[in-house]
Amino acid sequence: MNAPAPLPETPAVAVKHKPRSRWWVVRGSLSSRTSALLTAFGLAAPFFIWWLYSALGLNDPLFMPGPGAVLERVISWWQEDGLWDDIWISVYRVMAGFLLSATIALPLGLYLGTYKPVQATLEPLIDFIRYMPAVAFIPLVMLWVGIGEGSKILIIFIGTFFQMVLMAAEDIRRVPMAQIEAAQTMGASRSEIIRLVVLPSARPALLDTLRITCGWAWTYLVVAELVASNSGLGYAILRAQRYMHTDKIFAGILLIGLIGLLTDQAFRWLGRRAFHWQKR
Amino acid sequence: MDQSCISIRNVGKQFAARNQTIEALRDVNLEVQPNEFITFVGASGCGKSTLLRIMAGLETHSSGDILLRSEPIDGPGVDRAMVFQHYSLYPWLTVTENIKFCRQLKVIADSVHSQSDVEAASGRADALLNLMGLKNFAGAYPSQLSGGMQQRVAIARALMPRPDFLLMDEPFGALDAQTREVMHDLILHVHRLEKSTILFVTHDVEEAIYLGTRIVLMAPRPGRIDSVYEVPLPKVRHQDMKLEPEFIALKREILTRIRETSGVQTDLDQLARLSEGAVL
Repeated sequence: MNAPAPLPETPAVAVKHKPRSRWWVVRGSLSSRTSALLTAFGLAAPFFIWWLYSALGLNDPLFMPGPGAVLERVISWWQEDGLWDDIWISVYRVMAGFLLSATIALPLGLYLGTYKPVQATLEPLIDFIRYMPAVAFIPLVMLWVGIGEGSKILIIFIGTFFQMVLMAAEDIRRVPMAQIEAAQTMGASRSEIIRLVVLPSARPALLDTLRITCGWAWTYLVVAELVASNSGLGYAILRAQRYMHTDKIFAGILLIGLIGLLTDQAFRWLGRRAFHWQKR
Repeated sequence: MDQSCISIRNVGKQFAARNQTIEALRDVNLEVQPNEFITFVGASGCGKSTLLRIMAGLETHSSGDILLRSEPIDGPGVDRAMVFQHYSLYPWLTVTENIKFCRQLKVIADSVHSQSDVEAASGRADALLNLMGLKNFAGAYPSQLSGGMQQRVAIARALMPRPDFLLMDEPFGALDAQTREVMHDLILHVHRLEKSTILFVTHDVEEAIYLGTRIVLMAPRPGRIDSVYEVPLPKVRHQDMKLEPEFIALKREILTRIRETSGVQTDLDQLARLSEGAVL
């Protein structure tokens, strides 16, 4: 056996080592502390600029109220104008429309993503309908369902349902074929494959789809409350427009944004809890 | 009754792709004997995976007969377990739950008649965990395991219902060389212990010789069996055999034949001419 030759001694060369910034690494990582700081900064900065702009007196309060005025409006809305009622009725409408849509869209998406004949029959139709503007359905919805709560819920349903079906079908189709075939070679029946493989496998993606479409449901709120409404956050925004209460418009928009953000975080928390087996 | 347990007789498969018919398999004949370890090699497009999937019942053939104990194969069955290259484990189940997956299926639950059957089954799951060296990972999720460990789980899961046939489609193709050697000895051990018939598709000729009792070499365009080699090695194998002259001679013979049948040749002269003229 040959003994390995000793390595020739290399003269020590001072290598100039300039540490490279880790900030702009493609898909790099970030410590959770830095990440939280940046999030806080990103959320606070626009409010700070807004505050500064109005504190310097650059704004016309009629067109653009300052944060103080908006906050005052929220408090007076809460104390005198029934803010809770507006929030509750809006949450109710959004959730009713969203849940109705989910109840039909998820099973339909499962069929669409599992069986080619169902896909061939329904997907082009759904694709066609989903490009129709939900807002344009308002007159028809009023004619068909009247001006009660049903019409508002239906508008939100129309706005979310068709997207949700297609996204759910795509989630189902993304279940790896090998997972399904492995079950088949263990003797699983069709219903067992769907119940024990396809659904559990697609669950995280389906929850993500619900999270995203729930956000869309909120964006249809103002549209839905265009329909002969006399309550709700969207209605309050529309009414404030008539009286040039820009501070109330700001307050309404910010509140909807805040509720949306909270719902989104709730979905994310649920996903982390339920699907702890996922690689992150 | 026929001695062989799978008979493939004049099997052909065509499928249509972009207005032409592709002949994936033509006139394939093979008799699989009980307790054989057959490895399938060949240039890409030779139909070795297709043939395996037809035997698994995951794909259909266009002509000829494929008989399992004199009965035509109709769809996948619990007697023919399949191990895929990857993505076949259920990431939401732990290692133990993955291995016991088949226990939830009706075909298998129906064969359970008494408490002792249940105990035998859980004893088998434990035995498989031990055999595969997974004892310490019983409660882990697949995302926490290395690729080699994941394939051990996939093999254990496939063995759980005591299949007569273990069909393996490039199961170690995604593993590094060292892990693959360990897996080779493991699968040979399984073959001796479980007495199942193993049909193993690979693109690695060394793997095919080391594992197989018989090697089926397939050729592309149209996919067909080109030649069959008996492996001149004793039944009990060890890694040193890979360096023995007869092993190397067989490896050379098979590699040469694959090159001849692949239809793709690297023209070294052409390459040399190209690089002379090129400005690199």
